[in-house]
Amino acid sequence: MEKFDGPAISVAGLRVIRGKNLVIPDLSLEVPRGALVGLLGPSGSGKSTLMRSIVGSQIIAGGDITVLGLPGGTAPLRHRVGYVTQAPSVYMDLSARENLRYFASLVNAPKTDPQRVLDTVGLADCADRPVTTLSGGQLTRVSLAVALVGKPEVLILDEPTVGLDPILRRNLWAMFRRLAKEGATLMVSSHVMDEATRCDRLLIMRGGGILFDGTLSELLKQTKAKDADDAFLALADAADAREAAA
Amino acid sequence: MSIQLTGATALRVLTQLRRDRRTIALITFVPLILLTLLWAMFLDVPVMPGHEAPFNSVGPGIMGLFPLFIMFLITSVTTLRERQGGTMERLMASPIGRADVVFGYACAFGLVAVLQGTLVVVYSIWVLGLNFAGPVWALLLIIVLDAILGTALGLAASSLARTEFQALQMFPAVIVPQLLLSGIAIERDQMPQVLEWISDALPLSYAIDAIHYLTENQSASEIWSQVVILLAFIVGALILGVATLRRRTD
Repeated sequence: MEKFDGPAISVAGLRVIRGKNLVIPDLSLEVPRGALVGLLGPSGSGKSTLMRSIVGSQIIAGGDITVLGLPGGTAPLRHRVGYVTQAPSVYMDLSARENLRYFASLVNAPKTDPQRVLDTVGLADCADRPVTTLSGGQLTRVSLAVALVGKPEVLILDEPTVGLDPILRRNLWAMFRRLAKEGATLMVSSHVMDEATRCDRLLIMRGGGILFDGTLSELLKQTKAKDADDAFLALADAADAREAAA
Repeated sequence: MSIQLTGATALRVLTQLRRDRRTIALITFVPLILLTLLWAMFLDVPVMPGHEAPFNSVGPGIMGLFPLFIMFLITSVTTLRERQGGTMERLMASPIGRADVVFGYACAFGLVAVLQGTLVVVYSIWVLGLNFAGPVWALLLIIVLDAILGTALGLAASSLARTEFQALQMFPAVIVPQLLLSGIAIERDQMPQVLEWISDALPLSYAIDAIHYLTENQSASEIWSQVVILLAFIVGALILGVATLRRRTD
């Protein structure tokens, strides 16, 4: 694998039209390597569309996307980028282990990988039950585990903690942190603003654009807010005021 | 395309199918029950001396239909489920080739089709006493090709459907015209010229032609052109299935 020092993800002038709606008019961003980046914003702000564009699932109308120095969504990236869709997407009639074995064979991961990721997401106890019999939180973790086989260098996780209990959320964020320490780059979306405290950097989206790009302390300083929720509201109000003035 | 990834996909599809006991029962027994029904329908029909019993002339053609119907429905619904469940998007973001997905499905369901076809033929000849002039292996070959054709058409049709309702409506749209024009209801050369041309463009017609030939002749020497045409339709439908699979969607 070639050594690459540039940003893990770089998006320039992204434009996405879905149906007749201009979902992302003109978006640019960069994510440094090894960062744990939170993609925050209300639902409908374009987070999933941006993530789908980065992994190459979304038809885009314009712009350049580069992942690990290669054009986004191209064949050499498909075993280096892990992607979790917003709804858990696994084979419901198979067990977690069978799902992982199948996806591990697709990325040519070692035979031990399914067991490794089962331990990582804490599902070793129910690995052999059909996925249909698992709880919502367990199902979310199976879907997440699938993205972890083959140790991808970039992980794009679309709302992986939504609907989970606080303990599970804390554990998952600890795991994301660990993966980032091991050198992976993670982009994790959420519409819960308080997850901002767990990220190195924040990208806050609204109406298909980036409202803010920086660290949490920068965000709080800039908006003079006391927490991420207030900061977002302050940013949104400021953006509205700018639009009204223009 | 890679043999390893196609094989892994076929194995995964078969594992899923194995979990679904009710579907296995439906695939196995429904054709046998329907054939028994057909056999029973003709029980009291008098047979003119020197004529073939009606079950012997109608049975083989009908036997070629069941695998086509059932495999078409199963394939179109399961692949649509994969698209809707998000696993297709996941596969398309992974290193697997589009052909690996389609051929993986075709191999898995093709295997099921072979088993179902064998069961139908064995049951008709040895249990229902179907009297068949041509070689049994040739009949089996055509029936298995019919079943694989159903799989291939189901794969292609499911890519045109957005919902399960639409996927089911593909059945009357794709399969029923073939049923009407394939020569089962009336001989193809007795149809109006235009319909005969349309019938020439439909794959099932060639399967029925071959089966009709086999019911009247002891050798299989003249079915090979039909076999080649059927294979061409199967390959064409599979390629269509691959072509309609998209890595990027709206």
